[in-house]
Amino acid sequence: MKTRRIDNYGKINRDKILSFSWDKKNYKGFEGDTLASALLANNIGIVGRSFKYHRPRGIFSSGVEESGALVTIGSKDRRDPNVRATTQELYNGLEASGQNAFPNVNFDLAGINNYLGRFFAAGFYYKTFMGIPPLEWGKGTAIWMFFEKFIRKAAGMGSASGLPDPDTYEHAHDFCDLIVVGSGPAGVAAAIEAAEKKLDVILVEQDSLIGGNQLAENDFDNSQIKNQLENLGIKIMTRTTAFGLYDNCVVGLLERVTDHISAPNVNIPRQRFWTIRAKHIIVGAGAIERHIAFNNNDIPGVMTVNASKHYLNRYGVLTGKRIVIATNNDSVYETAHQLSEAGANVTVLDSRTNFEIETNKSFEIRKGYVPYNINGSKKIHSLDISKSETINKSETIDCDQVLLSGGWSPAVHLLSHRGVKPKWDYNNACFLPSDTKENITMVGSSRGLWNKNDCIASGIAGTTDALNRLGISKTNYFFPKPGGWKNPIQPLYEVKYKKSRSKSFVDYQHDVTTDDVRLAHREGFISVEHLKRYTTLGMANDQGKMGNIIGLSLMAELLNKEIPEVGTTVFRPPYTPVSIGALSGRNVGKHFRPLRVTPMHQWNIDHGAKMIEVGLYQRPWYYPKKNETLSDSYIREASTVRKTVGICDITSLGKIAIQGPGSTEFLNRIYSNGFSKLQVGKARYGIMLRDDGIVMDDGTSWRLAENEYFMTTSTGEAAKVMSWLEELLQTRWTDLDVNVTSISEQWAGVSVAGPKSREVLNNCVDDSLVITNNKLPFMGVTSTFLKGNIPCRIARISFSGELAFEVYVKSDFANTMMDLLWENAKKYDGCLYGLEALGALRVEKGHVTAAELDGRVTIDDAGLSKMASTKKSYIGSAMRKRGVLKNNDREILVGFFPTNLKETFNAGTIVCEKNNIKGQGIGRITSVTYSPELGHWIGIGFVKGGLDKWKDTTLVGADPVRNKQMNLKVVSPHMIDPKGERMYA
Amino acid sequence: MIRINCPYCGERDHSEFSYGGDATINYPSLDALEKEWTEAIFFRKNIKGFQFETWHHSNGCRMWLVVERSTVTHEIKSVKPCHPDLQKVVENNK
Repeated sequence: MKTRRIDNYGKINRDKILSFSWDKKNYKGFEGDTLASALLANNIGIVGRSFKYHRPRGIFSSGVEESGALVTIGSKDRRDPNVRATTQELYNGLEASGQNAFPNVNFDLAGINNYLGRFFAAGFYYKTFMGIPPLEWGKGTAIWMFFEKFIRKAAGMGSASGLPDPDTYEHAHDFCDLIVVGSGPAGVAAAIEAAEKKLDVILVEQDSLIGGNQLAENDFDNSQIKNQLENLGIKIMTRTTAFGLYDNCVVGLLERVTDHISAPNVNIPRQRFWTIRAKHIIVGAGAIERHIAFNNNDIPGVMTVNASKHYLNRYGVLTGKRIVIATNNDSVYETAHQLSEAGANVTVLDSRTNFEIETNKSFEIRKGYVPYNINGSKKIHSLDISKSETINKSETIDCDQVLLSGGWSPAVHLLSHRGVKPKWDYNNACFLPSDTKENITMVGSSRGLWNKNDCIASGIAGTTDALNRLGISKTNYFFPKPGGWKNPIQPLYEVKYKKSRSKSFVDYQHDVTTDDVRLAHREGFISVEHLKRYTTLGMANDQGKMGNIIGLSLMAELLNKEIPEVGTTVFRPPYTPVSIGALSGRNVGKHFRPLRVTPMHQWNIDHGAKMIEVGLYQRPWYYPKKNETLSDSYIREASTVRKTVGICDITSLGKIAIQGPGSTEFLNRIYSNGFSKLQVGKARYGIMLRDDGIVMDDGTSWRLAENEYFMTTSTGEAAKVMSWLEELLQTRWTDLDVNVTSISEQWAGVSVAGPKSREVLNNCVDDSLVITNNKLPFMGVTSTFLKGNIPCRIARISFSGELAFEVYVKSDFANTMMDLLWENAKKYDGCLYGLEALGALRVEKGHVTAAELDGRVTIDDAGLSKMASTKKSYIGSAMRKRGVLKNNDREILVGFFPTNLKETFNAGTIVCEKNNIKGQGIGRITSVTYSPELGHWIGIGFVKGGLDKWKDTTLVGADPVRNKQMNLKVVSPHMIDPKGERMYA
Repeated sequence: MIRINCPYCGERDHSEFSYGGDATINYPSLDALEKEWTEAIFFRKNIKGFQFETWHHSNGCRMWLVVERSTVTHEIKSVKPCHPDLQKVVENNK
């Protein structure tokens, strides 16, 4: 096979030969090639199979709008599907393969779909697989679900590797005065003007080289421009796509750092996800050439005219020998001239009849002619052409390539991200950007300017606009008028030839044909948004960059309307695909969310703790001995606490310092129970309600001094409670003289619980007299010292129901405290206990936690009515009495035993009446445990009407998820030591 | 991304802040009747255009702020501390 590379053309480095593989065969290219240019140079025409019909597809473009050459790059865990060959830079050893084909793109068995095309029209899936009424009425979903997996396999493009991504990605941030998107003549002019006016400028270019579409010029050299930009201190970011514009001039960028390197340094991220905060944005994103719809307009060998110019002048590849160019505008003639000079036989079909163009007559111009059908299947054999007024079989031209230019669409996508609708311009047959109040200015051909001088002028005007809006200058400016061609464009979207059933494509990538658009119209899907969803026009990963306007024009014609009346769909970010890896950056694996550990985390692990996640915290779950299982371990730990003593890390509880003269009044307002009479040296359990009367959180507050409290909150609600207190003090009670400070990280806490806990502490504190029952009664608080002169705070608080103390030291002393306590606890056969045993102990006591206080429960529901003061008003005191919270059938906290004490149950079990097991039942079990004390499983939860109503009735626990059912006895939630004698001991 | 100009920290991303709610509510006194509380808690205007709302600089200085923001464009007209004393400090430092 002969190469299509020609001498003396292109800016590739012919001294640097790169080898790459395509579908497992080896080929050669040059440094500076894209995969597409290297494939073309090696005469590889078919690079993919289409989405639905599996038609052979070639390379349509030379840029991001590519809708045919989607390939898979790399292998194994680095396999990257749906990569546009036109933007993939070639590197040594690149592995690429075709996709959506079996066995390969040249010979694809599913190609038969092409002949079954009439069954695959728009809406085919819904119509075919959603059930055939009336026989399968209502069963559509099941049928669809059965067929779906086959359809998904048949339709679709490349597949992901399914393996963990070995590459790293990075999030990065930057700030600037002005960000310029696009390094064409307009963008460069804007950037230079701005830098000369002392603005801090970032210039972003998606290509590897700056220059924009000038890179397709035969005499373009960007080195001088690059030097000038660098000398002005402009930050140039190549291989970087501005994929989205967001509020307040925030721009999202994707920088492809190593996608063009064969063996990247492992310390460098593959891609960087940039968030740029600018003061002004100038978009010079260029324009995209459109194709024309006519029969078989997708045969490999069809390309846009501008793409062919790129391949010739940038890559030295002559894409065809006998080329027909079909156009409706002036932009193709320079290319036609250059192609014929490079040795191709060129014919231009121009749909216009009345126009003047200067040429050197090296190629033929057929005025008033259009193409209507391509002959060939895997490559182009010939083109049927006709006079444009009426399409009749008249003439056939032998050719191997057809280049199309149906006009140019300014890239208004980024502006569209900001909700700015483009306006239709009849003279230039394209959408132009509208003005916006935001600091965004469109320049160059993305505002419809077709010649270079106009683009440069618009860049300078754009910067003047930016300077004016930023209040730096007040200078008059004007933008050149859109257009710039000598002869007006003649709208041409479709050449309709009715005597053939061949397909005429609007959207190549999703196989949307002109007939699909007509079908959508016939079936009533006439709004653009409906048209888009019904036919999937513009929904492939090219987002309709080439085909959308053609689809709109067809619908406009069918509706007898103008294009602007039909409207345009809204472009949304990203402009080009962004990998999930880049979005997640470094927030993967262990870094997916923050990890919080207590200061004795390592101590716990060293002492055998198995850890569990509680919110963001790692907490000890259980401390197994030798071969103990979780349940062996927690049952032993809980029993030990009841028998002797146990030590538990409770540092994850939220801790807040409340200071100032208004502290007592403040606590009295936020807690439902009274705090005004709490003495110094005493703690109190308190419940906070929300404004609407529902329980927010519970915890304790310790009065350390007249105007100083130490508050603990639950682990999960700590942040919320802190914000809530700040909100109240800063917005509602601004006259209250109180300061709140989060001290959760500053203090490490343990619970020492069990009948021997005082003995243990006696050995640990400097002065054992301060913790006698007299000096430190139940709920007493003292600030004292542990041995070794370690300041600590001790309160006699019990969550387990046993005699128990909470001991807090500054976090730096956590390990010393643990060593001291553990050394002494061992003397009494004590244990370390984790969250599982803590749970068992509190369920036995009927103490509620987050599992019960789930944001739906009132203080009465939780059986804590006595915690609601009647002597004062507090947050939620009015609302907790509202009607709906006072209904008789509210679910009330109770305890549950299985009727057969050998049975077990799980949290989440639905409680039902016998013979009425359905729906949400009459209650639920929220927490369960094996009770070492009672010798069987117990639970707490809620049931409508509470204990009084059901204490003599057997209820049923239904657990449909685990396919379990058991009879239940309703008991008091206080299952052990209901009078609390042990705590007061 | 909304950018909020915190009077203490300067202009920051909205991801540093937590949204509070309607800043124009006058919460009734704690001993007010259920009816007044219902009015304050559950009845909200659905404003198209500029509204006053509270934001908490939760990953910053932890100040509660009143932000005047357009619900249509996200344009922010003004930002000030909720607490009147802090408002005075900000005013005096201008």
